[in-house]
Amino acid sequence: MGKQNVIEVENLTKSFGDFTAVDSISFEVKQGEIFGFLGANGAGKTTAMKMLIGISKPTSGNASVAGFDVYHHTEDIKKNIGYMSQKFALYDDLTVKENITFFGGIYGLSRPIIKEKTIELIEELNLGDVANQLVGSLPLGWKQKISFSVALLHNPKVIFLDEPTGGVDPITRRQFWEMIYKTANEGTTVFVTTHYMDESEYCDRVSIMVDGKIEALDTPKNLKSQFNVSNMNDVFLKLARG
Amino acid sequence: MGIQVQHISKSFKNVQALSDISFDVKNGELFGLIGPDGAGKTTLFRILTTLLIANEGSATVAAFDVINNYKDIRKNVGYMPSKFSLYQDLTVEENLSFFATIFGTTVEENYELIKDIYIQIEPFKGRRAKDLSGGMKQKLALCCALIHKPKVLFLDEPTTGVDPVSRKEFWEMLKRLQQKGITMLVSTPYMDEAALCDRIALIQDGKILQIDTPQEIVKHYPKTIFNVQADNMYQLIIYLKEFEYQYSVYPFGEFVHYSDHRNGFEINELKAYLETKGLKNVIIQKTAATIEDTFMELAK
Repeated sequence: MGKQNVIEVENLTKSFGDFTAVDSISFEVKQGEIFGFLGANGAGKTTAMKMLIGISKPTSGNASVAGFDVYHHTEDIKKNIGYMSQKFALYDDLTVKENITFFGGIYGLSRPIIKEKTIELIEELNLGDVANQLVGSLPLGWKQKISFSVALLHNPKVIFLDEPTGGVDPITRRQFWEMIYKTANEGTTVFVTTHYMDESEYCDRVSIMVDGKIEALDTPKNLKSQFNVSNMNDVFLKLARG
Repeated sequence: MGIQVQHISKSFKNVQALSDISFDVKNGELFGLIGPDGAGKTTLFRILTTLLIANEGSATVAAFDVINNYKDIRKNVGYMPSKFSLYQDLTVEENLSFFATIFGTTVEENYELIKDIYIQIEPFKGRRAKDLSGGMKQKLALCCALIHKPKVLFLDEPTTGVDPVSRKEFWEMLKRLQQKGITMLVSTPYMDEAALCDRIALIQDGKILQIDTPQEIVKHYPKTIFNVQADNMYQLIIYLKEFEYQYSVYPFGEFVHYSDHRNGFEINELKAYLETKGLKNVIIQKTAATIEDTFMELAK
């Protein structure tokens, strides 16, 4: 406790014409917290996240990420966050090493640091045998672990994960969550966007968006007892179906 | 028999996609193929829908052989592939009548079968498929797969990428179709959907790990599982893995699922161990094995 807020959002709103995709949402996320950002398809999750990572300007309201304002300091935000999505992760036709070098370069790391980080990452993930193989030839679970580590190369304050473990086998998925816990334990904030309700059970706190608004925000445990159900899926169903 | 699969194997270059797969789906059964991406689910669907030929083994669908009677199979099955495969620039209505025409029938002839589902998307019948939401696309794809009144319906990950509300509605639709006598083979990476099937096969790396009813399959788990909680999840996992008697340690949402090597396991002993490691608010409670626990145990 007493940790500082790494994400602060106040009445954040985004409209497209007369459609309000994100309708005055407010929340804070602390340093080292694993925060689940849930909602149905079309609830406004992606639009909200785009504002937080500095690629979409809000219509109104305020937000800061890693201490930087989403209106004026979007470049600073991008330097201080990591982003990983299931859809886009790594370049399949580059090797593991080439991917690390490439993303290290994108994040503005110097060559010696990239070299050092490459060795570290390959050792930590036990990738010695496949370091020079094309990423496209690796199993999905490995790709996800590499892409997670790559998104952390520049020691961001916050990492945004978009449906990080959808489709992977249950064992790999748990190894992945262990990596997330480790990262959070080291002080990095983890922001998970997902509509897989079982992913949300792993988060410290979750918010649930319905039609552009945050309709619930609490720990999974409290939400389950508040709605008197046994899992987050049922919490979601109760909220979304009204 | 709805579907009969015997010793099917398939490889692509140096990848063994399916190894010696055998199972039966009874007439009118809702059978689930549960496994992660890359398990071989789609390859199996493609073999059963006659789009791909197996290297070894044989299979029948609606009593037709997948090699010798492939044309009969195509007339008698519906296939909803995992990737949305309708015509994006045709409207809802146009897609449906297109598929009806291809199969030599009309929308009116089999309207009764799709009515329940179609009325939900009918308000958007003039909209192009590409402009539909995920849930609506899925309903349209199901209507198109049903329009020729198939005996067997193949659904390859129909609920992947769809939110919980649409998922639930989709499964309710499948249950209603089942009552109309349609045999269904449905694949999913969601372990929680397994409970909605009559029987399931757990599949990973091209091999079937186990086949049974969802109720029975969890009974195969050999140990007692305990939910463990403490104030620091990361340290909790590390210390549990270091505990000398641990049999398995897996994070499971807000808990860690722990099982012990020994039969006479004392909750208090583990609690004391975790407390000496500095963990606080340790809670340990017995819990029931889930399909995921069983899956991980078999896949180990």
